[in-house]
Amino acid sequence: MKSDKLRRGVTPYLFVLPYFALFILFVAVPVVIAIALSFTNFNAIQFPDFVGIKNYIDLFLQDEVFIRYVIPNTIVFAVIVGPGGYVLSFLLAWALSQITRGPRTVLALIIYSPSMTAGTTMTVIWKVLFSGDQLGYINNILMQLGIITEPIIFLQSKTWLLPVMIIVALWSSMGVGFLSMLAGLLNIDPSLYEAAHIDGIRNRVQEMFYITIPSIKPQMLFGAIMAIVNAFKQSAIGVQLSGSNPTPNYAGQLMVNHISDYGFTRYEMGYACAVSVVLLVIIWVFSKGARKLFKED
Amino acid sequence: MAIKGNLANPRKFQKDQLKIYAVLIPITLIMVLPIVYIVNHAFKPLEELFAYPPKFFVTNPSFTNFFKLVSATASSTVPFSRYLFNSIFVTVCVLGFTLMFTTMAAFALSKMDFKGKKILSTMNDIGLYFVAIALQIPRYLIVDKLGMHDTYIAHILPIVVLPVGLLLLKQFVDGVPSALIEAAHIDGAGEFKTYTSIILPLVKPAMATVSILMFQEVWNNTETSSMYIDTDAFKTFAFYMQTLSSNTNSVAGQGLAAAATLIMFIPNVVLFITMQSRVMSTMATSGIK
Repeated sequence: MKSDKLRRGVTPYLFVLPYFALFILFVAVPVVIAIALSFTNFNAIQFPDFVGIKNYIDLFLQDEVFIRYVIPNTIVFAVIVGPGGYVLSFLLAWALSQITRGPRTVLALIIYSPSMTAGTTMTVIWKVLFSGDQLGYINNILMQLGIITEPIIFLQSKTWLLPVMIIVALWSSMGVGFLSMLAGLLNIDPSLYEAAHIDGIRNRVQEMFYITIPSIKPQMLFGAIMAIVNAFKQSAIGVQLSGSNPTPNYAGQLMVNHISDYGFTRYEMGYACAVSVVLLVIIWVFSKGARKLFKED
Repeated sequence: MAIKGNLANPRKFQKDQLKIYAVLIPITLIMVLPIVYIVNHAFKPLEELFAYPPKFFVTNPSFTNFFKLVSATASSTVPFSRYLFNSIFVTVCVLGFTLMFTTMAAFALSKMDFKGKKILSTMNDIGLYFVAIALQIPRYLIVDKLGMHDTYIAHILPIVVLPVGLLLLKQFVDGVPSALIEAAHIDGAGEFKTYTSIILPLVKPAMATVSILMFQEVWNNTETSSMYIDTDAFKTFAFYMQTLSSNTNSVAGQGLAAAATLIMFIPNVVLFITMQSRVMSTMATSGIK
């Protein structure tokens, strides 16, 4: 009896051990290290020396690139790609749920497919499309239509890099969250709708706000969090599209790029970690907002 | 009283669905056109790549770009096949570890009682937000300090953990009736036997879903190669492709990059199509409360 209890006592820990050992090593410990190093001056070779909150003060008061480019770019990118991509994927999932099965499967596959190949693969597609000479397809269309006379070098341009990044990121933002919301929509109990019709709900919009969204709150929240995570995950594409870090004139410089610029180009790792911490706080705030919005009561 | 239309998930086509199609079809076209373009581009022979005005569709499809892709590496020290082998090897290892570790953890968190269970679940939920790219510096330092730098292990261990994977799997295991597990216990099965004979067969759809998500993470991953690996022969195909794509400024380079993109893209699509119904059944149990 005693040995049985003992065995049961240890078994659950054996089951969770491999996953959480790696989780702690590569997710939890890095967070702790980032916070600790953010209060130091560290060049990756000498032992870090403690500098208090100097890095944070420099970041918000001295770092002109951070204040003038990185923060505004990150906010614009994150707000459009995060919430924007989220609303888009909900509306698309909803529209797909209103049509019959066969066409739905095909269209859903197409809409989901850009998000399958994160990172490099998809940036190549857009690098070719936005190629900066007249052989670039988009330049050619714009010239044929007479909108422009000279090809635009989109990916090196101060004005165009950020918009192109946003287009690419939105294009590939219909990922897991989209699938989750679609599945949720398809599993809503039909009798809810019937009851609603008896109660006088007349159109699709009313149906969406009174029945659909409340019924799939957990999927809506999951989708929202995935959208936020996705927006920050994708934020390195400026460097991939333009081919340089820092991006030309800092036009597509986001916080993620600022981290690698300071960490791996200048070896100011303490400072780079301070940027990481600020970034994690921003993601955290966004996700708190999402949780507030869809909290089950 | 007959209820007309407006029901989600309709069985039959009705006229008022046309409005929906009118919006959906143009959007879908915009989504698919870049992919169609790159597929066509990959098969364009040199003179079509140089054609002015540029054409969307290929007229005389040829495999020139693919042959060039293979021979481009013939002159360098690392052959094309080596990169491909590295990618396949790393992908298989990561998938194996992820599936094993994640299903084990999901089973324990969902069906067993133990101290610290709540904390682990919460930790994993918070882990969802800790994007690897935000933690690139500490992760780099850890890989370096543990002596994994420039080994295959650096491709594998840092990305095995996928918090969203555990979340989906745990929710799926929650749906497995506890009575089944109790019955197995009465028959004398231990927790490990229950795991292999009851849980694993029942959560296959969720495992398929996690495989797909993980496949996307590792197959397309360039960070491990660029940050943790110095030796060219240990780098992956995705990384090699990235170096190719920096050549998109030359027109011939674009053809090669397009061909490489296609090789990267196709496994993702094939995998998703073969597993799509299982993915949708997993997604039905997903969500955060």
